[in-house]
Amino acid sequence: MSLPNKLSPSLPDAIRRLVPDGASIALGTALESLIPFAAGHEIIRQQRRDLELIGPISDMLFDQLIGAGCVRRVTAAWVGNVSAGLGHNYRRAVEHGVPRSVELEEHSNFSVALGLQAAAMGVPYLPTRTLLGSDLVRLDTRLRPAEQAGVLHVAAIEPDVAILHVQRADSEGHAHCWGNLGVTREAGLAARVVILTAEEIVAPELLLSDPNRILLPPHRVSAVVAVPGGAYPSPVQGYYGRDHTAFGEYHQATRDRDGFLNWLQHEVFEVPDHASYLARLGDRFSTLRPRQPRLAAPVDYA
Amino acid sequence: MPEQYSAQELMVVAAAREIREDEVVFVGMRLPLLAFGLAKRTHAPHAIGLFENGLVRDRIPPPALYTMSDAPNVRGAAWATGLLEVMSVLQRGDVDLGFIGGAEVDRFGNINTTVIGSPDQPTIKLPGSGGGADIACLAQRLVSLMEHEPRRLRQRVDFITSPGYGDGSPDWRARQGLVRGGPAAVITTLGVLRFDPSTREACLASYHPFTSPEAVQAATGWPLRLADDLQPTAAPTAAELRLIREADPHGFWTR
Repeated sequence: MSLPNKLSPSLPDAIRRLVPDGASIALGTALESLIPFAAGHEIIRQQRRDLELIGPISDMLFDQLIGAGCVRRVTAAWVGNVSAGLGHNYRRAVEHGVPRSVELEEHSNFSVALGLQAAAMGVPYLPTRTLLGSDLVRLDTRLRPAEQAGVLHVAAIEPDVAILHVQRADSEGHAHCWGNLGVTREAGLAARVVILTAEEIVAPELLLSDPNRILLPPHRVSAVVAVPGGAYPSPVQGYYGRDHTAFGEYHQATRDRDGFLNWLQHEVFEVPDHASYLARLGDRFSTLRPRQPRLAAPVDYA
Repeated sequence: MPEQYSAQELMVVAAAREIREDEVVFVGMRLPLLAFGLAKRTHAPHAIGLFENGLVRDRIPPPALYTMSDAPNVRGAAWATGLLEVMSVLQRGDVDLGFIGGAEVDRFGNINTTVIGSPDQPTIKLPGSGGGADIACLAQRLVSLMEHEPRRLRQRVDFITSPGYGDGSPDWRARQGLVRGGPAAVITTLGVLRFDPSTREACLASYHPFTSPEAVQAATGWPLRLADDLQPTAAPTAAELRLIREADPHGFWTR
């Protein structure tokens, strides 16, 4: 008695069907890990336009989408390159309108999470004590002082789409995700459409054997796509570590606009799909694999 | 002969000394992460570290971390959950000490990580708050770390991302509705600044051994007052340097 099949034949298919021009998209919800770089690069290849990006911090992926001209608006707490520094494309867009200007809705990590949680709960806003005295309150229309002193209201953030990278999922929309989760669960519960990109597609019985580890109720998930290596160069617990060098190289290569355009051509447009990208990386990717498993103790649901 | 060390290594040692035994610390990344590990291996073995990605650690962090979400930091965590849970712990008041980095700080400890210039006409767009503003609002004590240059230590910041003592008036934080907290120290590449309890103004509490009070004043964008008990920052011990270099074996953050 299984649920309908949500497996998408390919990442390009899922992006084509579910990510239209103008959509608001939550990406990079776990913070520095599980960033759906493969999905982001496919969005660039399909040349989506006028997107709103939503996330707490974005380690490099927002910068790439902004530089590629896909983005109209950014709703986030931090945009840059975590281990290398500022995001050059983000700076060029905000300071000089290159390749286009972007609107900003600036948050803190907590306020992004509360906005998503409000949408997840189906309420218009949630109260908090953070950001009192911060100038962010003056800029951001989603942050409003409440009548009660010492309280701020964060209005709901309901993304059109959340793209979440997970370790394993099945065709029905169940998924296991572990490690630090950031706002992954909140984004999955808040968004109108959820796309899961997964390292592995497994049998439903495997996922249902450990329901505490399931990320979302299956009705929240619109599509599931197998994308092994789909978070590279960010890490996926149990599957591969972070390629720190890639973040440093990107930072150096994209200091000027021409450098970024070269990077984009070589790393995204000349690559037909993610499998070819991983094949091209060769040992550089395979050496990131864990040398030995670190299995948790099984739990007994008897 | 005393061992050579970098300014960043001294900053890690100074930051570690801010952590007291049994405290709950909002750690973050870079130098504070190294400071947390150093404190746990020396004077504060029971300190607990919170990470905004959703991790809590009560064990020493593994070496060579580039981000808090690197796979080794998850292994052996005391809690692996979401950002909202960790921020809720912070909002409840459980966090004794929070660390943040900053692009610029002013004489009353307000930190700007949003924009140089105005939001409408940015000269330099900075990455943003991240969790910094949350930590500055909600931790019991705040310690920030930054490079010491006149353009970074300013009379007033262009934009208050993470509030310190505002305009310096005694009840500024309370008037904003903040229920606790405020800056305890600013640790820079040249010294340690602490806040005068009556004026809320950052004063030089110690200068690093390789500089002088006058040089620190010259690198500060306001007339920096010297604390009555001003002294040189205690240099790292050989043992502390060994522990820092074990934790940052490639010197990515400290060299």
